[in-house]
Amino acid sequence: MKSLLVYLKDYKKESVLGPLFKLLEASFELIVPLVVASMIDVGIAESDRNYVIRMCLIMAALGVTGLISSVTAQFFAAKAAVGFATKLRHALFAHIQSLSFSSMDEQGTSTLITRMTSDINQIQSGVNMVLRLFLRSPFIVFGAMIMAFTVDVKAALIFVVIIPLLSVVVFGIILISIPLFSKVQNSLDQVLGITRENLTGVRVIRAFGKEMDETDKFDRQTDALKKIQVMAAKISALMNPVTYVIINGGLIVLIYTGAVRVESGALTQGQVVALVNYMSQILVELVKLANLIITITKAVACGNRVAGVFEIPAGMENGKGSLTQGEGRGTVFFEHVSMRYHEGGEEALTEITFKADQGETIGIIGGTGSGKTTLVHLIPRFYDAEKGSVKIDGVDVKEYDLTALRDKVGIVMQKAVLFKGSIRENLLWGNEDATDEELWQALKIAQAEEFVLQKEGGLDAPVEQEGRNLSGGQKQRLSIARALVKKPEILILDDSASALDYATDAKLRKALREVPFETTVFIVSQRASSLMHADQIIVLDDGCVAAIGSHEQLLEDCEIYQEIYYSQFERSERKKG
Amino acid sequence: MDISMKEKSGKQKDTLIKVLKYIKPYGLLMALTIIMAIVSVALTLYLPILTGDAVDLLAFIGQASFWSDLFALLKKMAAVIALTALAQWIMSICNNKIVYSIIQDIRKKAFRKLEILPLKYMDAHSHGDIVSRVVADVDQFADGLLIGFTQLFTGVITIIGTLGFMLSVNVGITIVVVVITPVSLLVAAFIAKKTFNMFKLQSETRGEQTTLINEMIGNQKVVQAFNREDETLEEFDEINGRLEKCSLRAIFFSSLTNPCTRFVNSLVYTGVGLTGALAVIRGGLSIGQLTCFLSYANQYTKPFNEISGVITELQNALACAARIFELIEEEPQVPDKEDAVALDHVQGKVDLDHVAFSYVPERKLIEDLDLHVKPGQRIAIVGPTGCGKTTIINLLMRFYDVDQGAICVEDTDIRHITRKSLRSSYGMVLQDTWLKRGTIRDNITVGKPEASEEEIIAAAKKSHAHSFIRRLPEGYDTVISEDGGSLSQGQKQLLCITRVMLSLPPMLILDEATSSIDTRTEIKIQKAFASMMEGRTSFIVAHRLSTIQNADVILVMKDGHIIEQGNHEELLEKKGFYAELYQSQFALG
Repeated sequence: MKSLLVYLKDYKKESVLGPLFKLLEASFELIVPLVVASMIDVGIAESDRNYVIRMCLIMAALGVTGLISSVTAQFFAAKAAVGFATKLRHALFAHIQSLSFSSMDEQGTSTLITRMTSDINQIQSGVNMVLRLFLRSPFIVFGAMIMAFTVDVKAALIFVVIIPLLSVVVFGIILISIPLFSKVQNSLDQVLGITRENLTGVRVIRAFGKEMDETDKFDRQTDALKKIQVMAAKISALMNPVTYVIINGGLIVLIYTGAVRVESGALTQGQVVALVNYMSQILVELVKLANLIITITKAVACGNRVAGVFEIPAGMENGKGSLTQGEGRGTVFFEHVSMRYHEGGEEALTEITFKADQGETIGIIGGTGSGKTTLVHLIPRFYDAEKGSVKIDGVDVKEYDLTALRDKVGIVMQKAVLFKGSIRENLLWGNEDATDEELWQALKIAQAEEFVLQKEGGLDAPVEQEGRNLSGGQKQRLSIARALVKKPEILILDDSASALDYATDAKLRKALREVPFETTVFIVSQRASSLMHADQIIVLDDGCVAAIGSHEQLLEDCEIYQEIYYSQFERSERKKG
Repeated sequence: MDISMKEKSGKQKDTLIKVLKYIKPYGLLMALTIIMAIVSVALTLYLPILTGDAVDLLAFIGQASFWSDLFALLKKMAAVIALTALAQWIMSICNNKIVYSIIQDIRKKAFRKLEILPLKYMDAHSHGDIVSRVVADVDQFADGLLIGFTQLFTGVITIIGTLGFMLSVNVGITIVVVVITPVSLLVAAFIAKKTFNMFKLQSETRGEQTTLINEMIGNQKVVQAFNREDETLEEFDEINGRLEKCSLRAIFFSSLTNPCTRFVNSLVYTGVGLTGALAVIRGGLSIGQLTCFLSYANQYTKPFNEISGVITELQNALACAARIFELIEEEPQVPDKEDAVALDHVQGKVDLDHVAFSYVPERKLIEDLDLHVKPGQRIAIVGPTGCGKTTIINLLMRFYDVDQGAICVEDTDIRHITRKSLRSSYGMVLQDTWLKRGTIRDNITVGKPEASEEEIIAAAKKSHAHSFIRRLPEGYDTVISEDGGSLSQGQKQLLCITRVMLSLPPMLILDEATSSIDTRTEIKIQKAFASMMEGRTSFIVAHRLSTIQNADVILVMKDGHIIEQGNHEELLEKKGFYAELYQSQFALG
């Protein structure tokens, strides 16, 4: 939580002025009992009506100045809190964007989203409260004590005993509650998780008739949540009664001491009234505080969760040399590359070595989980190789400036994702400055021209969130077009034609060979037909290179490739034969 | 404007009534809370009177009975204090118990509803929105309810109690208090009205931002691949900036309530001081009574401040409650008929008689579909994207009900069969793999939780998942995160297939089940499927034609119609749409 306070830095003025004005208002409040005391001791005792009226006017004036300073304080506090939250959200969003693929895999998106939204909202209200009231309460408490001293030192000693006692209780309750509230928030995460799971997996759950089991599981989660909530609440419920007893216990002692002091003539009746007033001011303040403690405790718990995200190191250290350009355009060289996702886990890739020349087409084929996607993800440095090096245009990818590196590479992922906006806006992701002509050209290559033309609005046709209003095949073709708009030096198609029928796939491959700019193409596919014209085909097996060669060579001497090929072409070959 | 206001308040009333229904089971606790609230307020109000008496007593300090009188008074005070604290404590324990129980009830009810809602609802609504209803809205509602309980109650009781006590002490000053206080309520109401729109704007902007966050963080990898971090951040900042402005306005203006009402209070206090002091001078009031009045003036006006805050909070809570009730009251799927039969000994005879279906009435999808499947047949469905292949599966599994015609299994209309027995007769593997958080083992045993270790491994071997599972850090006990984490798409599909292999259902539905699996493995899996499906009916959707060549019947669909039907050889000879599709995969273009 502490680490987050740097985002308050730009609001130093506000965060100082806010509480300051609040304290000003509080001091006016503290003067009131004194005014009342002198009204009783002087005005009433001497039956001086004018004096009484004068004192009342002073009280009214104190009220007005109190109002002004309090409004000013609210403004500064709100400004600082909202500004703080805005800065924090910005920083967190930027940080999440910089997380590496492996950290994202580990965290899962749903908890990041809650932290980004509801946790920060909680922190914002917490900060606002702290600036407005948290300083005010101790100030009033201590102020009341000091004022009591000005009235009578001996009677005021009671305050000296009570206030530390109160602080112990208040802070003790806070300290015990914070971890409980963290638990509540985590338990809530679980409830959110199971709800999400039941929405995304609704077909499977119903197909297996698991509704009852899921309901039981949900019940267990909410039971656990309720248990922690009630426990946390039980502890904060102690706050009010305990403080009430302490303060009013003090009041009894105060009255007794007051009586003794009045008897000895050291105090007047009015002064006792003032002391009693101070005591009840402390009570009022603490009751307010008790209600705030929950808000603040929650904010701290949420703050820790947000700070937890900041503690995840940003994904890739940017290249040391921050080079933007190597020699050539699109040569890729893997040199004894090994990589694993989890420390201690199996190697996902082992000792991969190959070289792709400028303008070549490289096919990558292999069984499920053989490391095809992992291999191409190393090129734009989504992950770092553990051993060996990946070189583009003769330079290790780690030496590049990350932005420059990724600018060179156009990648189409397995899962086609589009964003809310228009088709044009989605395509411009590839290149902000592309002309319409270039966009149409890319669409044509990606075999998407026809259906975009049919859409109402053409390029300006709306795309809903994640492309929900488009079919799987349409999304894939648009995401291919998006990569083509970039005119990348290296184009990676990661099984990105799986939702296309064969005819469209064939046309796409043909068009890709005729792209009007030079690019090295990597095609990952299950279909031998998609790769057979590649200059080199890399056959992967369990993370190792089984063979590299042309279609003809591999058909001749690579057993795995033969198996794959004949599994797809068996019948027609037989027919031909 | 007036009408919409009325409508709004009518709706709020409805929601309030529903909330009360949820409170009903906790009537006893509720009664206890109210009693405790009354006790604690009454005692809290009684204490200033005792204090005032004590102050007055100080005037008689020289008298003989002074000390014994004072001690008696102080003892009484101590008893009152102890009782108050006890009452307060019991009250807040009860409140918490009631509120957390109610929200648990609501959440459970909402979740149960999710399990019986028609799939139409899930498909048509954003999942994020549903989740936020079950989680965030319920939470907000709980907060509001808790504050409402603790503060509204005690607030109202305090006001009534204080008035009573004040009247018993002095009527004149009481009138001063009563006249001035409503001013603070007016001020609060005015501010609340003015800030309502600001809050609305704030929550709308917040929603906009959440949508962006959801989209961008959910698809982080694409954002990074296209170097769009800066642009995305810019877009985010634009909304963030707007949010800052409108939040500031909403928070600042709403926070004016407190200082303003407090100002009114200080006027009340001054008024009481003035009239009180003059009354003392006139001799109508003792100094102790004045002290007691002043502290009442404080206590009496405070609940007004609180109530004005509570009302905003409650309005917010009711708005959230309305969103949850909307979900809870959503029309559930048609329940199983009372006389619905449970399928057993399924042979696999499936008939579709003149089936018509569309998701939206304006866009007809399937019209007059006729299909008769004999036990043990393999039915393959092919056709271009969006032709209705997946829709047939939705209908077979009864995720959606047909509009016209009927689907029968073993000559029984599936609407007369219990959903559970119908669905458990099918083993289903979809293209969209779904894995839950948990171990690999949990994910495999979804359909058969009692499966033994040997059965699990045997199933995994059949689906060729065993070798990769074995290599995971903890084997079958490896915990996978949401959505399968770093497993490859193909590995996820293998796990889903293992799930079906284990539960051995009498019929099978494969919707692009092997689309991400390499063809070598696929052929082996097909063999396993084939031996498993010996004599069992299966439906296969695929665009990889190699996987469906052995089917008994191939349905070629286009735009919701079956345009060709027959086996592989027959269809090739027809030289129609299928033949064209088939040839295209060998096009060496």
